[in-house]
Amino acid sequence: MQDEIILKVEHLTKRFGGVVAVDDVSFDLRKGEFLGLIGPNGSGKTTLINLITGFVKPTSGKITYRDANITAKAPYAIACLGVSRSFQMVRAFHKLPAFKNLIVPLYSPRVKKFGGGRYGERDDVAIDLLDDLGFERDSAVPYKTAGSLPHGYLKRLDLARCMALRPDLLILDELFSGMAMSEVAATLPLIEKFNREGLTIVMAEHRLKELFRVANRVIVLNFGRKIADGSPKEAMETEEVQKAYLGIEVDG
Amino acid sequence: MSEPVRYRRERIDRGIKVRADTVFVLATLRDMTYLFLPRFLPVLALLVLPFFVSGGYWEKVLFYSCMFALLALSWDLMASVGLVSLGQALFFGVGAYISGGLNHYLKMPIYLSIPLATLAGAFFCTLLLVSVLRLRGVYFSMVTLILPLLFAHLIETLDILGGTHGLLSLTPFPSGWLAMYLGIFAVIICLFGFRKLINEDFGLVLKGIKDDDRVVMAGGINIYWYKAQAIFIAGGVGCFAGALMTHYYQFVGRSVFALDYTVLPLASAVLGGPGSFAGATIGTFLLVPLSEVLRALGGLRMALYGAILIAALVILPEGLFHYIERKYHQFERDVRV
Repeated sequence: MQDEIILKVEHLTKRFGGVVAVDDVSFDLRKGEFLGLIGPNGSGKTTLINLITGFVKPTSGKITYRDANITAKAPYAIACLGVSRSFQMVRAFHKLPAFKNLIVPLYSPRVKKFGGGRYGERDDVAIDLLDDLGFERDSAVPYKTAGSLPHGYLKRLDLARCMALRPDLLILDELFSGMAMSEVAATLPLIEKFNREGLTIVMAEHRLKELFRVANRVIVLNFGRKIADGSPKEAMETEEVQKAYLGIEVDG
Repeated sequence: MSEPVRYRRERIDRGIKVRADTVFVLATLRDMTYLFLPRFLPVLALLVLPFFVSGGYWEKVLFYSCMFALLALSWDLMASVGLVSLGQALFFGVGAYISGGLNHYLKMPIYLSIPLATLAGAFFCTLLLVSVLRLRGVYFSMVTLILPLLFAHLIETLDILGGTHGLLSLTPFPSGWLAMYLGIFAVIICLFGFRKLINEDFGLVLKGIKDDDRVVMAGGINIYWYKAQAIFIAGGVGCFAGALMTHYYQFVGRSVFALDYTVLPLASAVLGGPGSFAGATIGTFLLVPLSEVLRALGGLRMALYGAILIAALVILPEGLFHYIERKYHQFERDVRV
């Protein structure tokens, strides 16, 4: 399964004024891989995700997705190619019922191309998607306004929104932040299942224990620079990674 | 000593509302009346009103109200996408001048000049605003505020399209009834059309852009294309109102770009409750006649008008329509505590 390179990031750099948020990061991602993206706070994980998904334009560097150059393309164009992302801070349409939140991605040109999304059916597809992610279809939960749902549900709603796009590459930005242990335990197998079914996943996460259970490769960032890349065990044993996580000043 | 009897007011949603939100199974005539009366009565009132005011000063006021209602509806549609416009006068003026110009210079009959002004005006306004679609919030509003002023000054200083005198003696409507009913039907179609549109999936996307455009973009939807479509529809409605007005008064001048055409629709939408379209319409049909009644007060008029608006905003910030709708869907009773 690990054959085709789905995402290629080359010498990606982003400066915000004097701050170098992402500094010359390069990596390849193969189809079916589960990549963990870790690093201390402010190490550039979210910026890297924003760069890949087009929400932030890079200062220099190149991003290739399946032979297409997607550097500095519009976010919706990248999403339509099949790169779907979640947001670190919960973003939802709080006034709409939960399942109606999914109508927006289901209305996109990408999903319309797959067909079967005429008016009325879209609601059913949305309910099916939510049911898959633990919103019991017979309960009132999918029909409640998103604003009235607890945080854990909102995070899963965000995940459902990503899956509604039928992505080929799923990028999760700290999906588990703010989730209760039980919620994490319920969500983790779902993500694992998506990966087993062939979905390539990049996951930025602070909960290392849970991440290492599912990720088969991690990239560690510190001050915007890639300091390790490899299997979770290898990466964590690197001296630089340990320094970064233990908070010791890196010499030089 | 006995405790004083205390009551608590209880508000309960009517069953029909709960059922009617998604499922349309109407069992009884009572249910049907309950649902259709609030839609049917205002339409009926609008349709018969011209017979009562025909020929007089109030006929003009009614026509005027319809024009402002169209502008308020167009404002509300743009506001549903998160584009807060401070320049409905732009649409109104562009429609008025295109229609007036076509009629004056090309001697085009009104049944051509009005539809053409609507379409061409919508295209023109959309093109004007496409460049600033990336601006959000107050920055977009500022651009829309400036554009009508810019056009008014262009016409004045370059002395084009009649300059300060305006274009005079344009073709009138063959009868006052035609103009009146064109306006009324336009209001009804826009009101119910927009209400339907915003509840379709297309409308959900529009509302989504207002709530959080980044999520919509992450959903693979080109938000600029949808914003442009909303402006096109809103612009068309505004231009149509301008074109009708031009031929009604047989005159078009710089005053069509005046701030009135921006402020009154906005005030109406805010008073009536934005986002519902019905609110904007109710607001206009209250505010326009009210401002005419207050005309008798002379200079005090604007002050009183402002006071009423402020009072409405403080007492009913959600807007009249939302309040009425809520009360209509509930019954209240006092229960003993």
